[in-house]
Amino acid sequence: MTRRRTWWKTALGVFFTALMLFPVYWMFNVSLTQTSDMRADPPNWFPWNPTFEGYADVFDQQLPNLMTSLIVGLGCVLLTLVIAAPAGYSLAKLRPRGANGISFLLLVAQMIPSVVMAMGFYAIYVRLGWLNSVWGLIIADSTIAVPFGVLLFTAFMSGIPQELMHAAKVDGAGTWRTFRSVVLPVSRNSVLTVSLFAFLWAWSDFIFASTLDRNGDMIPITLGIYNYIGNNTTQWNSIMATAVVASIPAAALLVVAQRYVAGGVTAGAVKD
Amino acid sequence: MRSTPMSRTAPGRVGVASDDTSLATPPGRRRVRSTRWAALAFIAPLVVYLVVFYAYPLYRNIDLSLHDYTPRAFVQGNPDFVGFDNFADVISSNAFGLALRNTAIFTLVSIGFQYTIGLALAVFFRNHFRLSGVLRGMFLIPWLLPLIVSASTWSWMLNSENGIVNSFLGAFGIGQINWLTSPEWALTSVIIANIWLGIPFNLVILYAGLQNIPDDLYEAAALDGANAWQQFWRITFPLLRPVSAVTLLLGLIYTLKVVDVIWVMTTGGPGNASTTLAIWSYREAFGTGQPDFSPAAAIGNLLIGIALVAGFVYLYLQRRQERS
Repeated sequence: MTRRRTWWKTALGVFFTALMLFPVYWMFNVSLTQTSDMRADPPNWFPWNPTFEGYADVFDQQLPNLMTSLIVGLGCVLLTLVIAAPAGYSLAKLRPRGANGISFLLLVAQMIPSVVMAMGFYAIYVRLGWLNSVWGLIIADSTIAVPFGVLLFTAFMSGIPQELMHAAKVDGAGTWRTFRSVVLPVSRNSVLTVSLFAFLWAWSDFIFASTLDRNGDMIPITLGIYNYIGNNTTQWNSIMATAVVASIPAAALLVVAQRYVAGGVTAGAVKD
Repeated sequence: MRSTPMSRTAPGRVGVASDDTSLATPPGRRRVRSTRWAALAFIAPLVVYLVVFYAYPLYRNIDLSLHDYTPRAFVQGNPDFVGFDNFADVISSNAFGLALRNTAIFTLVSIGFQYTIGLALAVFFRNHFRLSGVLRGMFLIPWLLPLIVSASTWSWMLNSENGIVNSFLGAFGIGQINWLTSPEWALTSVIIANIWLGIPFNLVILYAGLQNIPDDLYEAAALDGANAWQQFWRITFPLLRPVSAVTLLLGLIYTLKVVDVIWVMTTGGPGNASTTLAIWSYREAFGTGQPDFSPAAAIGNLLIGIALVAGFVYLYLQRRQERS
């Protein structure tokens, strides 16, 4: 009896998931559809007669953009960690004056719409000549992840037992040694979570890319897709193939690190 | 409770004083001062970062909205000061009422559906069944995909002639709907895509909230003969209220900011049919060949104002929740 009820729920769960993921399936399906079948009515539900033209186009035209996105993503991870991890340690364990004020500012910072930040950055970059540069984009993208990173590190590092810190001090470790040899290794999971989100957000960013890097020699993949849509609306298999390839990091990270993803989403919003 | 190496009245860590004799460095004022310097040194990069890459862009944005920046003045840096004229122009323009209305509809309808569907799924996944963990993980996918990927997929699905949605509806005898190109449907279309995008976030947070409701409550209710529906309304919903409030307000703050989805699907059109404040600001500044930064910045600052009001309500609620 209970067994049958459980199977019924699994079936329902599979149905809901399939419904939810239908657009993702459709993206995949369209990416393999022949250009001549693109306007078939009704559309082909399965890629019976698949073509890899779309993917060939990705490798011909989008490889440099994928590379740029990778550089921007990794640069953003690095910048975020370098700023957020020590700051989290300081806020959690060293408590400088004004620590509460800074935590509050970080919460407020997360509420600022990125279109506003984009305008501010644009105005600054125009003067400095930083428009269309990769590192300009890395800095702008990091503003999405840094406040989140600091708050996550602070929350986690507050929970590190004081005895552990004290033991390090007894062994003669200074603040920096304690941070490097005790705090950081213990906070490995937080480092992974912050890195993961910093990378995904930079990889997915469209607003900063389309404002600060739109005429750059090196554009990220999101802008590559956007320009594709603008240029040739008939080649939806190529557009969707690019979209599939651009989704790979997200899918890979979800498979490898689902625990950290769910943890990160919750950490930003709910305590405990 | 933290032991306080910084405390001035108690140099040399009162609470753990027993070990101090074994330390090579003599405890005392020198140690306290060095800890305080270390605290500053570790936080300094963040402070510099916040000033240079948050405060300064925001200051520039306010500066933009108070001057008349023509493209020429933008590069040369010699605009006329106009006070609040840009704000007055924006608010009195015809587009403002519509943009405000669209922002309200887009935000409220989106978070309403995201929350309801997310909660229903969270309750459903609370019954642990075979594969429930895997399926719940797969629900995260839409949230992790780059927004431009999701938005372009939805554009093609909602395409008037060749979209799968119209083809599916056609099977039930419903005629062609111009989802993205007709003023009646454009806003609905971007709302549908945005609801889809927000469900995973709501599901994850509400599911985490459900984990904190003790199982005994449900067992006791079941013994008293309460059915699933009654258990939901008498136990789940009331006990989840603090988490719900946080979820809805965060949803509100995130949804107010949305640009990518709408811009890729409709660019706010046709006309202004799906233009929200964020889209309007983006279009004035970057969307046309003629950048008009001053009104764009004014709209952006109004948007910050709205987001901050929602944000402070959120912080207030969370603080009250922590205190209780």
